Amino acid sequence: MDQNRIRNFSIIAHIDHGKSTLADRILELTDTVTGREMRAQVLDTMELERERGITIKAQAVRVNWKGHELNLIDTPGHVDFTYEVSRSLQACEGALLVVDAAQGIEAQTVANAYLAIENNLEIIPVVNKIDLPQADAEGTAAEIAELVGDDPGRVLRISAKTGEGVAAVLDAIVERIPAPGGSAAEEAPPRALVFDSSYDQYRGVVAFVRVVDGSFSAREPLRAMAQGTRFESEEVGFFSPTMRAAEALGAGEVGYVITGLKDVSRLRVGDTLTSERRLASEPLPGYKDVKPMVFAGLFPTDSDEYPDLRDALERLKLNDAALFYEPETSQALGFGFRCGFLGLLHMEIVRERLEREFDLDLIVTAPTVAYRVLTKAGEEVEVHNPAEMPREVERVEEPYIKASIIVPKDYVGPVMELNTERRGRFDHMEYLSEERVLLLYELPLGEIVLDYYDQLKSRTRGYASFDYDVVGFREGKLERVDVLIAGEPVDALSLIVHRDGAYARGRALVERLREEIPRQFFDVAVQAAIGSRVIARETIKAKRKDVLAKCYGGDITRKRKLLERQKAGKRRMKQVGSVEVPQEAFLAVLNLEGGKK
Amino acid sequence: MTLRARHLYVHLPFCASRCGYCDFVTVVGREGQHEAYVSALLTELALERPALEPRLESVFLGGGTPTLTEPSSLARLLQALPSAEEVTVEANPETVTPALARLLRECGVTRVSLGAQSFAPRLLEVLDRQAGPDDVRRAVYALRDAKFDNISLDLVYGIPGQSAADLDADLSEALALGPEHMSCYELEAKPGTRFTHAHGAELARQAEAMEWYFERVVARLTEAGYRWYETANFCRLPDGAGGRDLRSRHNLAYWRGRDYLGLGIGAVSTIEGRRWRNTPRLGRYLAALAAGERPPREVEALSEPVRRSERVLLGLRLDEPLSLDGLEGAVDAAALARLERLGLIERGRGAEDLALTERGRFLGGGVTAELLA
Repeated sequence: MDQNRIRNFSIIAHIDHGKSTLADRILELTDTVTGREMRAQVLDTMELERERGITIKAQAVRVNWKGHELNLIDTPGHVDFTYEVSRSLQACEGALLVVDAAQGIEAQTVANAYLAIENNLEIIPVVNKIDLPQADAEGTAAEIAELVGDDPGRVLRISAKTGEGVAAVLDAIVERIPAPGGSAAEEAPPRALVFDSSYDQYRGVVAFVRVVDGSFSAREPLRAMAQGTRFESEEVGFFSPTMRAAEALGAGEVGYVITGLKDVSRLRVGDTLTSERRLASEPLPGYKDVKPMVFAGLFPTDSDEYPDLRDALERLKLNDAALFYEPETSQALGFGFRCGFLGLLHMEIVRERLEREFDLDLIVTAPTVAYRVLTKAGEEVEVHNPAEMPREVERVEEPYIKASIIVPKDYVGPVMELNTERRGRFDHMEYLSEERVLLLYELPLGEIVLDYYDQLKSRTRGYASFDYDVVGFREGKLERVDVLIAGEPVDALSLIVHRDGAYARGRALVERLREEIPRQFFDVAVQAAIGSRVIARETIKAKRKDVLAKCYGGDITRKRKLLERQKAGKRRMKQVGSVEVPQEAFLAVLNLEGGKK
Repeated sequence: MTLRARHLYVHLPFCASRCGYCDFVTVVGREGQHEAYVSALLTELALERPALEPRLESVFLGGGTPTLTEPSSLARLLQALPSAEEVTVEANPETVTPALARLLRECGVTRVSLGAQSFAPRLLEVLDRQAGPDDVRRAVYALRDAKFDNISLDLVYGIPGQSAADLDADLSEALALGPEHMSCYELEAKPGTRFTHAHGAELARQAEAMEWYFERVVARLTEAGYRWYETANFCRLPDGAGGRDLRSRHNLAYWRGRDYLGLGIGAVSTIEGRRWRNTPRLGRYLAALAAGERPPREVEALSEPVRRSERVLLGLRLDEPLSLDGLEGAVDAAALARLERLGLIERGRGAEDLALTERGRFLGGGVTAELLA
């Protein structure tokens, strides 16, 4: 295809603002899928994505419109996948910025719009859902125009649901988005950006690529430049909407390369493919080795399920290069894995997939972040588990994020208050419209991972929208708080908190545990301690009475079953020393403030 | 056959009205059916007779309100039952007239268990009881006049609205009547019942308070010279009772895991590893026996491990040691060691006997749940 007739674009939209519906309409209108073939929301393949309304793995679909080849590159819809989004955007020359006419701009839209602008993309602003009775097409158009610095008159008004205005969107893609650059010359050393990959159990790793220079074909020895991985392409092609093999992918084109690799971690998103025969001298810019930032322990509720959990993680990892895991042993929770995630949503998705697709029953410990620690001995270590934080440290650094929060102006006060409590540093505030305000803050990620999002929602009656990006590591006055139950430290309940908040957190935690742990046959002390200094203590008073009132000939069976149930209940508890601790107690740390309400 | 049952339970379901907290099989009204019901009981007895020893250790007439049964029918039943060393009849205080007391005595009843529940009129009202405190006293006097020397009183604690002072008053009133035996139950409100619905918040408050009500009951009764021989049962010590062992022989049989035959609607029998419960429906019961057939029953086969577990859970209710001989595998050794360390269980001679310590008895349910393998 003549490079001038290619347009590569993606759709940026907040969850539920209609990205998938618009993609469906585009596929229909371009006769890529017709009638009965049309499965609602073709691009979202996984069950989970459908239910959550989010897209985890990007794909690209080729459609034809008025003599042009349009490649729609689907972007993951969430903050945790910012890096993947940025790689998808790098593969495009333009983006549709879709905003729900009834909802207006959300924090995520802003973050992704900025990302698109940084990538020099041509942005086509689109107001969707103009058919809704509560739609405010004009107000929303003004908001978007303001955001991207465009004329409100150029904002397209559509209804992806009814199809109204979608043809104009396709025309605008052809007219406004530039054709891809890059060198199509035969002799140019080929370069292609890997913007996503997925794993197929029969064909191995499938890379989604945007060819920048030269061309790629099947049976060609290739190399991923950043990681140095070598393989032979087994097949190249594109999706339209299903896989179609092609002879070659030329400059400017988007498609897939079947690599035969058996491990997604060998071909990371952002890497540059080139040919072994004509090696490119420079990789494409922007490759980053994405590191997990949020960590949590995953333990099977039933210790017999440990091998199943291991197998399940292995299988998820095949398709999720960002997922990290290593075995972890907890005195309290037994054998499990310490897992690393890009962010909270990523963690939530992994947990749900483990429970849903693999039918596992899990205890997930409170999430924590990656800390960079300089020990007294001068050694630098990264700590992913509060229980492993050395007691004597020279310096601890914690990850910081830049948070964008959009709220109706009446809630600015409560949000500022929350951010101050969470050690946030105010950065910037601007009115997006008369009603809505964008707040930018810098916050420690560790203050976000526990219950920040719930708090933000509850303090703004659900109106706030929130997005973040990790900006780097900074030193913090952090302390490790341990919990002792009946004198035994419970590794799974250790926390790392800022010195100023340590006392309050410790207090709240032991109070919560006192409520969660049932009374035992003896008094149980629950303590929070920093090193050997106890900062909070509660006592769970011993039970004084636990009998079945009466038991005669007529009710022996019933009483026996009652005791059997009681016994089964005890089996589900975890033994900490001689104390039986229900699994819920290990989650107490997750929502300390929630519990106080 | 050497393993025939020596204990017989007979269920007389008739009541004048239904008490809100009660979950026994009862039938309100139907005075016209008493005679037919007694006939059915005797037919069932004839069918099951081969499972019983000729001479029994105990017979227990429970209810319902056995003493509400038409006197002539009640007498006919008592006279037709096999003789036994202990024959107990449950009675509601308001039904015990001097005439009834004499009738019971003449028909061979040796022991009467009176459902007093409380002596506070407002608490009796909460429980929907018909009797007042004076009825309890009158009933005891009538029984004494008829020469009954083994009377048991039932008390309930944890009644919505009951204060610690109320409990003390109830115990004092009961002790003043000098019963040979007392049963004190914590009020068990079943979730979802009308009673629980009506008293939910108050029941929750009582649950806290009852923690030490139980200790109070045990302290008061043991101080008064009673033996706390089962979780909820007390009897006068032999030296205060002319050397007699006043424990309920019938109920001891349950707690020692003996076989027993139950007759009547809803009645349960356990004989040689088989347990069955008769239909609780009066009409079906009468119809089956009128045709000379056994009533519809729910049958449960008790496996050997289940029987052993039951021996443990029942045996630990008593103040006598439980022999582990023959109960291999029923007890979790690690749990036993832990409970011993906590001072809740003691091992007796040769480590073959188990007994709960006093504190262990207050926690008997939880201790048993933990101990069972």
